[in-house]
Parts: sequence; C-alpha cells; structure tokens
Amino acid sequence: MDITKLNTNAKNTWCTGCGNFAILNALKLVVKEIVSKGTPIENIVLVSGIGCHAKIVDYINLNSFYSLHGRVVPVAQGIKIANPSLKVIGFSGDGDSYGEGLEHLLFAAKRNIDITMIIHNNRVYGLTTGQFTPTSPVGYKGRSTPYGNKEKPFNPIELMIAAGATFVARTFSHGIDLLKRIMLEAIMHKGFSIVDVLQVCVTFFNMYEYYDKRVYIMEENNLDDFDIAMKKAREWDYNSDTKIPLGIFYKKEEPTFEESFISYESKKFVDRELKVKEILKKYSI
Amino acid sequence: MLDYSILIGGRAGDGIDKASLIIAHLLSSLGYKVFVSRDYPSLIRGGHTFSIIRISDEKIASYREKIDILIALNFETLEKHRFLLKEGCFYIYDSDNFKDNGSFCGTGVPLKTILKEENAPEFVKNSCLIGSFCKAAGIEWEILEKTLKKSITKEIEINLKVAKRGYDISREFFKIEKISQISLPVLTGNEALGLGFIKGGLDVYIGYPMTPSSALLHFLASVGPESSIKVIHPENEIAVILMALGFAYAGKKSAVGTSGGGFCLMNEGLSLAGMAEIPVVIVLGQRTGPSTGLPTYTGQTELFYAIHSGHGEFTRFVVSPGDCEQAYYLGAISVDIAWKYQIPSIILTDKSIAENVYSFNLDEVDQINFSQPIVWNGDEPFKRYKYTENGISPMCFVPKKEAIIKVNSYEHDEYGITTENPVITKSMQEKRVLIKEKFLLKEIENRFECVKVYGNKNSETAILCWGSNMPVCVELGKKYNLKVIQVVVLHPFPVNQFRKALEGVKRLIDIENNATGQLGNLIKSYGFSINDKILKYDGRPFSVDEIENKLKVL
Repeated sequence: MDITKLNTNAKNTWCTGCGNFAILNALKLVVKEIVSKGTPIENIVLVSGIGCHAKIVDYINLNSFYSLHGRVVPVAQGIKIANPSLKVIGFSGDGDSYGEGLEHLLFAAKRNIDITMIIHNNRVYGLTTGQFTPTSPVGYKGRSTPYGNKEKPFNPIELMIAAGATFVARTFSHGIDLLKRIMLEAIMHKGFSIVDVLQVCVTFFNMYEYYDKRVYIMEENNLDDFDIAMKKAREWDYNSDTKIPLGIFYKKEEPTFEESFISYESKKFVDRELKVKEILKKYSI
Repeated sequence: MLDYSILIGGRAGDGIDKASLIIAHLLSSLGYKVFVSRDYPSLIRGGHTFSIIRISDEKIASYREKIDILIALNFETLEKHRFLLKEGCFYIYDSDNFKDNGSFCGTGVPLKTILKEENAPEFVKNSCLIGSFCKAAGIEWEILEKTLKKSITKEIEINLKVAKRGYDISREFFKIEKISQISLPVLTGNEALGLGFIKGGLDVYIGYPMTPSSALLHFLASVGPESSIKVIHPENEIAVILMALGFAYAGKKSAVGTSGGGFCLMNEGLSLAGMAEIPVVIVLGQRTGPSTGLPTYTGQTELFYAIHSGHGEFTRFVVSPGDCEQAYYLGAISVDIAWKYQIPSIILTDKSIAENVYSFNLDEVDQINFSQPIVWNGDEPFKRYKYTENGISPMCFVPKKEAIIKVNSYEHDEYGITTENPVITKSMQEKRVLIKEKFLLKEIENRFECVKVYGNKNSETAILCWGSNMPVCVELGKKYNLKVIQVVVLHPFPVNQFRKALEGVKRLIDIENNATGQLGNLIKSYGFSINDKILKYDGRPFSVDEIENKLKVL
C-alpha cells in the first residue's frame, strides 16, 4: 500500500513542531500495517471531536466522522455496534474526552466496547488559545486561570483502568516507533482500548524538554494484573516532577459490548408487517 | 351512542394501571371501542392515582367527567370522585379499608377478609374488585375468566379464586351488553408508535428513561430481539443522539425518544444531524413544563421548540399524532422521510397520547408507502455532500469499496472536508435549508394528508387542533356539526393544505394544552388568523364536557 494515497488536499494548519504530526504519521504507518494484515481499508472508520487533534480526519483519506467536542465516544460506539466488523478509531483531546466528554469515556470503558481512543493529551486547550484542561498541572497559568490553576489534574490512566478499560497505555509524541507500536496494539486489541499520548503543544504548553528528561519505557509484564497496573499508573500523577513511564499499563481479554447484539444479526430478514400483526395479538383477548 | 365510563382509583402502587388495562381488555372483548385516561403522580408509592375507562360503540379517545361505575381502593378515591357519579350510579369499594356512610348505592367488598380466607397475597386484590365490577356490569363470569387468564401471567389460580369471590359478593346493577363489533387490540400511543417503527424498518432504538417516553423504550426493548431492533439505554441523552448518528452513518435506521429536558441535552446532536445531513428520528414526549414541571402530566408546549430547536438553520420534519392509528402511521413515515431527505424527523407526542390506552385498528391506518432510497451508483467518485437539484446527495455507508465517506460538523465541501470558503458555505446552507425544505414541502403536500379535516366540512365554524386533542375535538365536532381541522405535519408548514382546509370557515377556534396558543400563533405567521382560543395548562387533558361548556359560552 502506498501511504501517499492517504493524503488529502486539505491544507494542514497545525503549528510547526506540533505533536499532532507525529500522531498523523504514526497513524498512516499503522493503517498500512492493519491493511497488510487483512483489514480492508474501507473497514477503517475514524471519529474525531473538536480541537486541534480533530483536524486529523481532514488530513487523512479514510472514512471519518468529524463530530462534536466531547462526543467522539458515543459516535464511535454507535458505528461499532452498527457493524462490529469495522475498526473504529476515535481521536480526541484531553479537553474533549477528559473534560466535556468524560462521562462517555467512562461508560465506554465500563461496557468494554471494542473501539480505540487515541487521546492527544497536550494538557492545554490549543484551539481556544491556552486555557487549562483536566490534565494541566496545578499552577498552570492559562487565559482562564491567569493566577494559576488551583485544581489537581486527573490521572486518566488510573481513571480508565478503574472504569473497566481493557487496554490502557501511555506514549509520547516524540518517538514515532513507540507511538506506532502502541497505537497498533491498541487497535488490534479486542475490547475498549485507550492510548494517552503526551502530545506537545508547541505554542501554548511546550513540554518537549520536560518530557524528554523524564520519560522511560516500562517493562511490560503481568499486564492483566489490576493491582500492578494501578501501581504503575500512580507512578506519575500528571502533577509531580517524577519519572514518567510509557508503554502498556493494562491489557486483558473480557467480553465486549457489541458482541451481545450478535444474535440479532443472525436473523437478518424479519417481515415487519407480519411482525406487527404478531405482536398485536398479544394486545387482544 | 353507547357510552359508559368507569373510574378506578387508589394509592400509587395499588396496581390501578394494570387493573384498568384488564377492564379495558374485558370491555374490548365485548366489542366496544375503549379509551383509558391515566392520572398518576410522580412517585412510586402512596399518592392518589386513578384511571378512567371509557367505552363506546363508536370510536372515542377522550374522557367524560361523569362516570357510571366507581371502583375505589381507598377512601380518598371515593371522596375525590363520587361527585362525578351519575345519579343512581354504582360504586365498589374496599369495605375492610374504610366504612362508607354515603348515600349512593354501592357494594362493599371486604378485601382483607377475602384475601385472608383464601390465603391470597395482597397483589391479587384488584382481581377481586374486577370480579365485583363484572357482576355489577352484568358481564358473564366466563368472559372475565378468559380475560384474566390472558392478562395475568403469574398466580392465575389464586387470582381467579378471589375474582370469583368478588363476583359472587356483588350484585348486577346494569348490563353492559356484548355488541356485534370486532374486538380490537388495546394499546398505548407509545406502543403504537413502536409498532410504526417496526413497520418503518427501524434498526435501532436508543433512549434514556424519561416520562412519558420511557414506556416506548420498554416496549421496544421487549420486542427488540424478535423484531431485529437493537435497543440501547446509554449514560445520558447526549450519548443517546450521538450514538444514533453513529448508527446512521453506518447505514442503520435509528430513533431516539425523550421528553423536553432530555431533548434539551440532545440539541447539539440535533444540530449535528442538520449540519452533517444524517437521518435520525426523535420522539419528543411533551409533559407539563418548564423544567422538571409536572413529570407525569400532559402539555403541548413544545411545538415552537421542536420547530426551532438546535442552533443554525436546517431542514427538519415535525409531526404530531392524534391517536394510535396516526402514531403508527407517523412512526413509519418519519423514518422514511428522515432517510429520504437525510434530516431529523421529530415526532411530538405528549403524556396523554403516549400513555393513554386506545383501541387500535390496523385496518384504519392510512396507506403507508415507502420511498426508494437515493444511493450512490459508483459511476463517479463518491461525494458525501454532492450538490444535486433537490439538495439530496446520494448516500452510501461504511464499509463501501472505492468510497471514502466523510461526514463533518464543520462547514464542509462536497467531499466532507472542512472549509470556511464563503462560496461553498453559501451553497451548502442553501442545500441544507432552502433547497431540501422546498422539495420536502412539495413532497409532503402531495404525498400525505398533512392537514386532516373531520366533522361537517361545510360548517363555517371550525375547531383547530393538533396532537392528542384531535379525538376530543372530533367527538365534539360530530356532536355540534362543526368542522375540525387537525394539523398533523407541523413543519414544514403545509400551507396549501391548510388554506384549503380553511375554505368556507368564518370562525376558527383554537384548542390547545398550553397557555399561549402555539399553533394559533404559528398559523398567524403564515397569514391566517384565529377568532377564539380554548386553552388549558394545568397539566390535565381536556374532557369532552369541559370543551363543550366552553364552546357554549364563546
């Protein structure tokens, strides 16, 4: 597959040095690999929210649903349940899915529905010019918190493991090999998978140097152990100046939500008029 | 016209609803058309709740204030409703629960004693009262036995036993004769709408519980597997509509249901459907608002809201059924129109039609014809938002070989790629709101009876109504020889059909369950006018008598 065919004519408006480029480039390589493994390209569907991250669907020539801020997850779930043979990949930001749409994210994890969420976590609102987000550190000075953010950030890794996600990983937009490997594994995982990408916003919150000094790649063993996963997840709380582990925290096989509807598919044709008459019999004596 | 009304009341949790449904079935099996109006508070146990069962040999779907038989499970019911009894009428009460010293004739049924003697659980007591009712109404025991066997799934033997005790203890007061008409199924507006969705080819129903639409969710959840309809109850109404749009993107016909509060949450999704041109059917069950209001009572306050909901301008289809036959018809048709035009269809119900019980005659439903879907033929590269003469871009769904299917909440070009170009923006706005709406209006005025006319078509006085008020207005129209005009399609407003309906009318009386006369105001914006209004906004539906009295003094 020639990945240049994945380009579109849309003009790219991300800032030079934006971490989103790494995610886009990794995605193209991942798509190539998925297709080479036998998934027809038309079976891949991307869903995005609103924010800088979301422009990714304009920049790649694949099926896509450019949805609303915070609403990637319910759209992706609808598509997946409609047709479980599709590979549904959601792209979302930290404001998008950890803020506006957090409830949806928690519930999708709870259902263990087989979709993948790639979170462009730059820990700042880029498109609306630099406000703090649910994962910004305490003291972050944005335009809505000029004297410093007073709230402690969420730890999305911990949240997602607790909510029932069966694949939880963190990676970094600096270093495409890891990014690609983790994205691919997440997409191939059967169940709800989420990848928190420390994606750097060069304009409003440039963390390249900060992350470069602290990140390390975890050893991945006992991935299905909840307690070990939680312990690893708590190694960095998105606030303290500690080492930042990257890689897969948790991975487990569990029944998925969309499977529960498969019996419906088996009887494809139902004569609706006849069915109505049949049901009506229950309503007469 | 044969015309009987039975009121059964008690505390919430007494099973009034089920009991009234059994009585409705019983009387339906005697050949009558039945209607049950339900009144219950928003709590699980304790408050006063009652149902009025009205039957006739003619089609009726409204209630009268006077009643023939009162069945009281508690003293409060007797106190609240006995003044409604017609002179010399009959009531049945639980004489173990309270002693009655009133002057009306009645039969006391010692429920507690009977239950104890039969060693029967509390929940079968209604069967005992129904037994007494049947005797009082001169209904043969065998008919009751058959009805109970069909309606009650658990502990039927003990139910029959206490019913027989109730039957034997009562006395015949008058006779509801069997009439020679077919016995029709008895169902709620929600159920008829659900059946319409089945007929309309719905694939998915998604809902978050909210009165008065919850029962539609329950109904479809129960018949979903056999009807091939997936039913999902997600975390909130925002997820409900966004999931529905996800389904539609993948080619599955989806509907959602809610009430005003939930519809508020759905509004961003509604706008998305408008912008991205994704079909969806929305059931908006009105209740008394604003805000939480009276959750289990009725109203018609969201006509303007339905028409104007969502930000931005886009085409939509808004209808409101007046009875079960229309609910069934409009359920199916709304799916068809939503998918042909790739727009949202909104079905405005209210607590009355959603939860009241009607005799339903499938043979009286207007002919339902479905459109041919406009699909991409593969001859040229797929453009999700291709400009066409009628504004409808041929669709295809994932996974589709050789087609990249992009939908977008931003303004977009024909391929679905984001744009801020003013020329494209203007063309897309015209496609979504001007062109589509023009063709939709033309189609619906040719294809459907968007405005229905009943009663004396030559009358110079006409009643104007919409939604669940249709049956009560039609009944009065018949009685007073008036014309009755029901607007079934509220948007796009069927202006030509409405003008035709008004021919010869000199005086138009607007009847609505709201404080401002929303339909009256809507027709004004099309250059029509009303002469009088009869409005009710206390959460309760109109009774026949109430409108009748108001018409007399107008």
